[in-house]
Amino acid sequence: MVPEECQFTKEHEWVFVEEGNVAVIGISDYAASELGDIVYIELPEVGSHVKQMDPIGTIEAVKTVADIFSPVSGEIVAVNTDAVSAPEIVNKDPYEDGWFVKIKMNDPGELDVLFDHSEYTEFLGEQEAADADEDDMEEEEE
Amino acid sequence: MAARTPIYVSHVERGGRIVEFAGFLMPVLFEGIVAEHERVRNRVGLFDVSHMGEIEITGSSASRFADYVVSNNVGRLDNGQICYTVCCNDDGHVLDDLLVYKFSGERILLVANAVNTAKIFDHLNGVARWDVEIRDLSAPTGQIAVQGPLSRDLLLASDLCSAVRDKIKELAYYRFFTFEHNGSEVILSRTGYTGELGYEIYLPAGASLEAWNELLEVGGDLGAAPIGLGARDTLRFEPCYCLYGHELDEETSPLEAGLSWVVKFKKGDFIGRGALMAEKEAGPARTLAGFEIDDRGIARQGFRVMLEGEEIGRVTSGTFSPTLKKSLALALIRRTAPADSEGYCVDIRGKSVAARRVELPFYKSRSND
Repeated sequence: MVPEECQFTKEHEWVFVEEGNVAVIGISDYAASELGDIVYIELPEVGSHVKQMDPIGTIEAVKTVADIFSPVSGEIVAVNTDAVSAPEIVNKDPYEDGWFVKIKMNDPGELDVLFDHSEYTEFLGEQEAADADEDDMEEEEE
Repeated sequence: MAARTPIYVSHVERGGRIVEFAGFLMPVLFEGIVAEHERVRNRVGLFDVSHMGEIEITGSSASRFADYVVSNNVGRLDNGQICYTVCCNDDGHVLDDLLVYKFSGERILLVANAVNTAKIFDHLNGVARWDVEIRDLSAPTGQIAVQGPLSRDLLLASDLCSAVRDKIKELAYYRFFTFEHNGSEVILSRTGYTGELGYEIYLPAGASLEAWNELLEVGGDLGAAPIGLGARDTLRFEPCYCLYGHELDEETSPLEAGLSWVVKFKKGDFIGRGALMAEKEAGPARTLAGFEIDDRGIARQGFRVMLEGEEIGRVTSGTFSPTLKKSLALALIRRTAPADSEGYCVDIRGKSVAARRVELPFYKSRSND
């Protein structure tokens, strides 16, 4: 998946729509790098139904744990068992080998609320700027 | 608010991810926790540990006073020897765990955790007696830890240690010496928090950055690189070294945390001795236990340890061990809980996951033999 052709959530999941309204879900390289070394991934079972923004799994990194939120509603039609058995591939290649699940979407209209790549990049920039502001404020307090 | 160590600028330059820890801006990782962890286990890594507190006790009763405030036996140390110890309150609970450097009966250096330095300094002043002077040298002191099987080779190759190579070759575990570098005293000890062969260097804050850069440059061929707090934690976790705020705190006694070996009742009176003696006779309520999580998931601090549906303790530290490739946890549990491995569970975010009780430590290195 080319990041430029994905859509993103504020929780740093990406979505790539394949033919037949099937959404491939993963996490952005920003998220993978923020989490650090990923050691376990828990994903839903094929056939389960999820709603948009439902937690559908967890990512355990050495230092922290994070939920995976479903960017869309639908039925889980595929799970990346390679990522489950070798989670480090998510750190290495979050947009290709490191995908999590494929979801047959109920309502492709749900995609409208997601960021496109340039909006997501801007969102990351704003977040970093906000973090930097906090640092500046801390410095002023010194 | 947060302070910067004298080496901070290097961490930013080298792309370290900076977090606030115990009031200091510290690098949590550079290349990644697992890669840094493996570098220290197999090669050598450098840690900026300038945030640690150095408190000096001087005066004719320095050693005697140190023995009054810590549980291990300072009087029995040789000059140039170090001991690991705890400093307890009257209840026998841990105010901090410390290294005690004995220069002589008249000069002692305590090395405290950054988060506890001010507390320990105030505590020492509050209980001060006899002829002692207590000084907090944390701010003017920088500290670099050089850890890993190649740490000795790195020091022997450095300009910093060029005048003391023979001493380094002979230096035994938990021993130290001092030498002069650009007119200032440098302390070099064979100590560390990783389980590997390793050294810790105390030097003037103003000389720390230059020494750090020199060690990294000289160590390049050996594979030396800076290591962040993330790997510092996983490296100390595998050999089961206590971390204050996890295995130790003011609710926990050293007897519970597996540190009865640093409590020397026979040495005479010390703060907390009465309470610890009573606890020893009655039997501590809890004990530090190790668990291997069979299923997937990491048991993190605060998670409940269950035995036959009953909570018998809490996880103090847990992570995926990069060396052993297993999910492991330390927990303070009811002392009378069975030593058998079977029957335990950890509540991982509402899910009961089977855990096997295993012996401590999880990992023992041969590089420090």
